[in-house]
Amino acid sequence: MIDRRALIGRAALAGGLALHPALALAGAASDRRLVFIILRGAMDGLAAISPVGDPRLERLRPQLAQPPAQIGALLPLTSDFAAHPALKGFAGLFAAGEASVVHAVASPYRERSHFDAQNLLETGGNAAYALKDGWLNRLLPLLPPAPPPVAISAALPTLLQGNAPATSYAPSRLPDASASLKARVAALYEQDPLLHRLWGEAMATEMMAGNQDGPGNPVALAATAARLLAQPAGPRIAVLDHGGWDTHAGQAVRLAGQLRQLDAMIAALKSGLGQAWSETLLICATEFGRTVAANGTGGTDHGTASAVLLAGGRVAGGRVHGDWPGLARLHEDRDLRPTTSLNAVLAGAVAGQFGLEPARVVAQVFAAAPAPAMAGLIRS
Amino acid sequence: MSIAAIAHNRFGLGARPDAGAVADPAAWLMAQFDGFAPRPAIITALPDAAAMTVQYRDNLRNLRRLGIGGIPRQPGDPEPPTGPEAQAMAEAEQKARREAFRAAYAGQVRARLALALDSPAPFAERLVHFWSNHFAISTDKLATATMGGPLEFEAIRPNIAGRFGDLLLAVTRHPGMMFYLDQAQSIGPNSLLALAARRRNAPRQPGLNENLAREILELHTLGAGHYSQADVAGLARALTGWSVGGFVRRPLGLDAPAGQFVFQPAWHEPGPVMVAGRRYDQEGEAQARNILADLALHPLTARHLATKLARHFVADVPPPALIDRLAALYLANGGALLPLYQALVAAPEAWAVPLPKFKSPWDWTISAMRALGLKDGPGNGRVAIMLNELGQPVWRPGSPAGWPDAASRWAAPDALLRRVEVAGRLAGLAGGTDPRRLAASVLPGILSAATASAIARAESPGEGLALLLVSPEFLRR
Repeated sequence: MIDRRALIGRAALAGGLALHPALALAGAASDRRLVFIILRGAMDGLAAISPVGDPRLERLRPQLAQPPAQIGALLPLTSDFAAHPALKGFAGLFAAGEASVVHAVASPYRERSHFDAQNLLETGGNAAYALKDGWLNRLLPLLPPAPPPVAISAALPTLLQGNAPATSYAPSRLPDASASLKARVAALYEQDPLLHRLWGEAMATEMMAGNQDGPGNPVALAATAARLLAQPAGPRIAVLDHGGWDTHAGQAVRLAGQLRQLDAMIAALKSGLGQAWSETLLICATEFGRTVAANGTGGTDHGTASAVLLAGGRVAGGRVHGDWPGLARLHEDRDLRPTTSLNAVLAGAVAGQFGLEPARVVAQVFAAAPAPAMAGLIRS
Repeated sequence: MSIAAIAHNRFGLGARPDAGAVADPAAWLMAQFDGFAPRPAIITALPDAAAMTVQYRDNLRNLRRLGIGGIPRQPGDPEPPTGPEAQAMAEAEQKARREAFRAAYAGQVRARLALALDSPAPFAERLVHFWSNHFAISTDKLATATMGGPLEFEAIRPNIAGRFGDLLLAVTRHPGMMFYLDQAQSIGPNSLLALAARRRNAPRQPGLNENLAREILELHTLGAGHYSQADVAGLARALTGWSVGGFVRRPLGLDAPAGQFVFQPAWHEPGPVMVAGRRYDQEGEAQARNILADLALHPLTARHLATKLARHFVADVPPPALIDRLAALYLANGGALLPLYQALVAAPEAWAVPLPKFKSPWDWTISAMRALGLKDGPGNGRVAIMLNELGQPVWRPGSPAGWPDAASRWAAPDALLRRVEVAGRLAGLAGGTDPRRLAASVLPGILSAATASAIARAESPGEGLALLLVSPEFLRR
């Protein structure tokens, strides 16, 4: 089974976070760091970064426009946008000029399958499964020599697969089954009397025992990534997975939990990176957005455009970038209209971060779905 | 389409994505016995029962010398060391022993797994697992800690498609079984050795052990409730002298290579015995051989085996008509196993949907790994740990009865939760797989619309794969 890299990674971690041999190669020629968090399941960009300046929001999604009182009030970022109250740390970074947002972003994908859309997010391609390698892997030959990038997971995500060496690194105890998986299992067993009964009993017992966050929880994984990147001779690029964003039901509470966890991941990265935070770019991106209107179960369904969150000492912070399309006209009468290409954001961000010619990044990394690199995302 | 899925999943060990189409599933299944390799290189490369016996014997000797483990000293043994150094030595010895056992066990599990994941004959491999469980030993005894693999590899694999009598004989003579059920030191009360011991007034008088005889009658042949204590005593007496080389007691023992079957005439109880209504007058080793041969062809044995096979391939409560057919066929063919397999494959009852059998943790793990296209690799050492967590450690059922073959044993709330967690972990190892395509290819004709749509709606490919692995149709076969 088991991926050799993941195994070695686990062994190394058991030895007190000693470095994987491949990670400890010659020191990197650059101090610039990149962390990418893949938000799997489609983050509702309108709830994470709310267009409070748009009066139609309240009308189109009355139940979801404001977070429930117990969760707190929206945190103003600019005159037109506010962060969800669970993104308290992110809003603080935004105010300090170390975080920004690009809104109404989408990949070229216009259908509604998570898998296909994530494949495009990760390959930077024009059609699902058309490219075999990840865009971040194609970027590697353009960068100064450094130890291979590391995915904090058991297997290498598509984003890092390809010709250039990349590695994965997982703690000895992987996360317990996610809440999202458990919820879907419950639905899967609804028509099977035996499994339905057994699963109900298992969940009841687990609830009584109380859920514990082990070393495999996303925040701990973010801290692991930070510790790897903080090493002077360590890798310069890390990829983290964060699932659970597919909020078809009960979004108000579930999304708050998701965003709180993402906020804690960002905080763990900043504190773990220490000095290196000033050289870091963090990109948080999702496969697509969610419907503007709420559905019948207090959630939202698969949509189109969403928001990209950027943070780190290298970010030209305190701004909400992009071309706000407004909510007067929606994509297919239901979704936020995409006005910025995801690949344009990615190309602009990594070109700025690593001091590369933007056109060269577009040509060599995003050739399958090129878009002019977005300028002004990174401090010059 | 579901015919191919049943051939792969119920009879085989689960479809691999690279399996390809099977035009005639029944023919594909039966042809596997021609291509089945009883002693593939991955097995012959491992230390065999003889090597494991030597390891066990050396361990015993060390424990005795160090005065630990309560093993009686023998004449000529030096005084065991005392004091703090002795404690340290004892601890170091224990540690080295555990490490040696762990390494040997891990190598055996990895070989079993490699064959199960990648054999071209998964139906035959399933039968290996089936017979290994029928003749279960458990590795929780010092003497059998590393015998699970050797018993299966040496006594069972070569005999799955022959006559049951040969399989029974090979298992009974194997050191793994003899150690597990205490046969190796069973000595007739009127044997030459016992008489000599009595004359000498030896402190330990040798004696009979009925353990193996009882389990042969109850578990391996006739079945529970179909034998008497007199039958046990008769078979136990006939078996005296059946032992393992390497533990000779001079002057009345024959020397034999460690770990090989040896018949010790001086340990054998002389005289005729009665078992299952028949009288056996033979001398020496032939006596128990004749009993085993008759037991193998006993109508109650036929029923017992027919019931277990039907339970394994058809339903927890198998149809009586099928049991009758299989038992009659077994007797008509002189205990040959291949016709039974042929009859199972031909039985309409064995191709029924909905899927009747809830997979055991072993079945489920193997089928999940096969579905994900996983094969042998150094990381597979972790699978042994995973099977512990799932409740079915390999070769460690804890009793000679083996693992129960019924949903009631495996379908439980916590067990199901463990599978969901393991599914999440396994799915994390198969990056880049499209779960929608995989589901259709490993469960052709069986994948329900509800499961297909749940997989397609999962929020990531990894979650989709995990859902496939814990779906109602993947948990069953």
